[in-house]
This record gives sequence, C-alpha cells and structure tokens, in this order.
Amino acid sequence: MPVQYTGIVDEHQAVRKNIGMFDISHMGQFVVSGTGARDWLNTLLTNNIEKLGVGQGQYTFLLNDAGGVIDDLIAYRIGEEKFFLVVNAARAEEDFDWLDQHRTDDVLLGDRSTYFGGVAIQGPRVTELLVDLPPRNHIVDVELDGMPVSIARTGYTGEDGVEVFFGANDAVKFWNTVLEIGSRFGIKPCGLGARDTLRLEMCYPLNGSDLSPERNPLQAGLGFFVDLAKPKFVGRDVLLGVKQNGSAEKLIAFRMNGKGPPPRPHYPVFVNGSQIGEVTSGTLSPSLNYGIGMAYVAAASANPGQAIEVEIRGTKFPATIEKKPLYKKTS
Amino acid sequence: MNVPDDLLYTESHEWIKRDGDKVRIGITDHAQAELTDVVYVELPKLDRQVNAKEAVAVVESVKAASDIYAPIKGTIVGANKALESNPALINTDPFGEGWIFELKIADESELKNLKDAATYKQQIG
Repeated sequence: MPVQYTGIVDEHQAVRKNIGMFDISHMGQFVVSGTGARDWLNTLLTNNIEKLGVGQGQYTFLLNDAGGVIDDLIAYRIGEEKFFLVVNAARAEEDFDWLDQHRTDDVLLGDRSTYFGGVAIQGPRVTELLVDLPPRNHIVDVELDGMPVSIARTGYTGEDGVEVFFGANDAVKFWNTVLEIGSRFGIKPCGLGARDTLRLEMCYPLNGSDLSPERNPLQAGLGFFVDLAKPKFVGRDVLLGVKQNGSAEKLIAFRMNGKGPPPRPHYPVFVNGSQIGEVTSGTLSPSLNYGIGMAYVAAASANPGQAIEVEIRGTKFPATIEKKPLYKKTS
Repeated sequence: MNVPDDLLYTESHEWIKRDGDKVRIGITDHAQAELTDVVYVELPKLDRQVNAKEAVAVVESVKAASDIYAPIKGTIVGANKALESNPALINTDPFGEGWIFELKIADESELKNLKDAATYKQQIG
C-alpha cells in the first residue's frame, strides 16, 4: 500500500464523508483448526475466544511471557473448531513461530498469508455500496461478481466498514470492480498516510509505535480486550500484577493547543519542565485541524485535562491530555 | 509538472530566483506534490548567516517534517510571513505566493553549482 494516492487529507475526508478503500493484502492470515483449536487459542490470546459464536470475531492480543505485546490481531471463529486470524504484516512471521512453538498435537496451524488478498472498504456510505452486510464484528462468506470472498464488518478508521479477503489472484479484479461501482458514492483509493490519521483520531494503537514487546495492553488502556478471569493464558500472571500495582507509565491521547507544528513520534513530553514521557504517534488531525497524538507518560500525570508540553526541535509547545477517542463523530 | 525555465534548482527540490544581490527560495511543484497538504512552516530568523546545503527552514505536511536547505552561502534577508497563517500557499502557488525565504548572496560564483530547468526536469523524470 502506498503512503498516498491523491493526498492524505483528501483520502481521509473520503473515508469520513463517503468511502475509502485500502489495500490490506500485506496483512497476514492464519487458519487454526483441530479438535483442540479453541481451548489452545484461549491460552495464547488475551480476549476470551469462548465468547465467539461461529461467524464472530474479536480484537485480541498475542503476548510474550513478560506480558508484552507481540501482536494485536482479530480472531474470527469460522467453524466449531476453526479460527481465522488476521495479523500485522511486519509481525506475521514472529507470530507464526510463537504459535507454532506453543502448538499442541490436537491443533493444526496454517499460514495462508500468500493465498489471500484483502481490502478495507470504510466510510458511512459503505451500506449503499454493499448490501446484506454481516453485523459488527461478524464475518460471512459470499460470492461477489463470481469471486468467493469473506466479508468482515471490521475496520481501523472509526467509520462503518468492512474488511474483505479474497484469493490473491482476484485482487486486481476485485479492486478495480469496487472502484468502478463505488465511484458514484465518492469512493477513493486510500494509502497508509490516511490509514494513520484515521486510526489516530480514534486512538486505535499501531503495533510498533504504540504497542511493543516492552508494553502491555493494560498500560495501553486496552484492558477491555484482556480477560483476566480466564484461568490461563500467556502473560496473565504479569498482567494480574500490573492490575494490582498499577503501571509506571500509561498511554494517553493529547491535543496541541494553538498553532504549531504537528507532533511526531519520539518527541519528548514535559510537565512543569520535567520530562514525563515520549510521543508514540502524532499527526495533524485532518478532521479536527489541530495536532494530535498519543504518548506514554508517567501515570501520575496521565489524566485528561492535564496540561503538558511537547518539545519540537528544541521549543516546547503547549498541549492537553484528552479522553480517548480524540475524534467523535457528529451527526 | 511545472518547472519554470527562468529559475535555478537544487537536488533537494528547492527553486532559486535571482533578484539583484539576493535570491528568493521556495520548493518546487514536484516537491509540494510529493509532500501534499503542507500544514506548518518554520521560517528562518532574519540576519542569520548560512552556508550552502545548511538546513534553514522546515516544511511540515500531514505525512512528515522536511528540512529546506540554503542553496548557496548568504544572509537571511527575508521570510514569507504569509506562510505562518496560510502554509497551504506552498501547495497552491509553489513558485509565487508560496516562496519561503530570501538570501543575500555571499558568493555569486556559487550560483553556477545550481541546476537549470532542463537538468532539474531530467532529475525528476
């Protein structure tokens, strides 16, 4: 996926107002099956996979033994004992190796990444473009224009939308067909740049920036996707300790006050002249028209309303910690 | 892509327009199209002495922050304050209203190191 097709702001607005389509063919796909598939996955992923009926998906984490994030992914239950995992491209190999090392004899694990192409079609007019969509977080198999596809009602933009997976050989045909049919709804091809501004307005984390093997989901504020009531999963003991004792640092969202350069990753964050953390993601928000970002900061200062400063090329600019998400849709 | 014949150019996509003993500098149409959506410009301070290829300004798009370099040695004698309130002038009029700064020329011979329009066109393909 290129950084941009027609321009980041243009593509961003297409998704917020009409529809945008992202090529997500680079993402990894694994299929997990076998009589022990469900119970085994539940010992490796943080969310509770038992809550999934067939055709449902959930956002979840794969953790290392220290409770750090190897990857964030969506796990779909596509059969009684069959699961479809969609993982980040940059971590796919590591994910697979980790899962394979922990695999038990009653589980089959297959990397299907090269078989699948995929797109995300996102924006309020997606329901005009595609009919009979599955409910939020559900996945269905259908045929579109002779192509077998799996459609999931998921996304990374904060808008209604779908992520669609199809055979890699159908990728070009699928892309062109959707662009053609979608033209009357204002569809635009969108790149990585708009993907980043859209997800950051929603405070959705990006693995490698806001998540890492040194950070756990609780300090990232993503405890909703961690079921500590499960008896056993990799990283659980560490997370129980974090829950009891709190984290030294937390991932917060912030906005810049007044005019200034947009925040970028690694800029230092200050309160009253002392550095309390570092920006992990930052940009100018095309929807809000001011600088926004996320940062890990000392827990004592990690409260909405807290005044902070972001240092940019030697100058400190005022900012404020905000509640997540930073962007809320107005109707 | 617009590449006016009466300007000089750098490898790093600045354009240079001579006006007596000073030069005016901006970024090319090609550069603004690559950056898209300029949202902030950090201008150089007046009277600063700079060398050729020294970073003197920063142009920020939604995508990234990019340094803008002095094409030749000189003294900063002008900065386009209009960019502070309307940085998008770099996108809408890169060779005109979107100019960035002006330099008083220290050594005229350095202008020979810059590219003419034909050479720059070749560079950007």
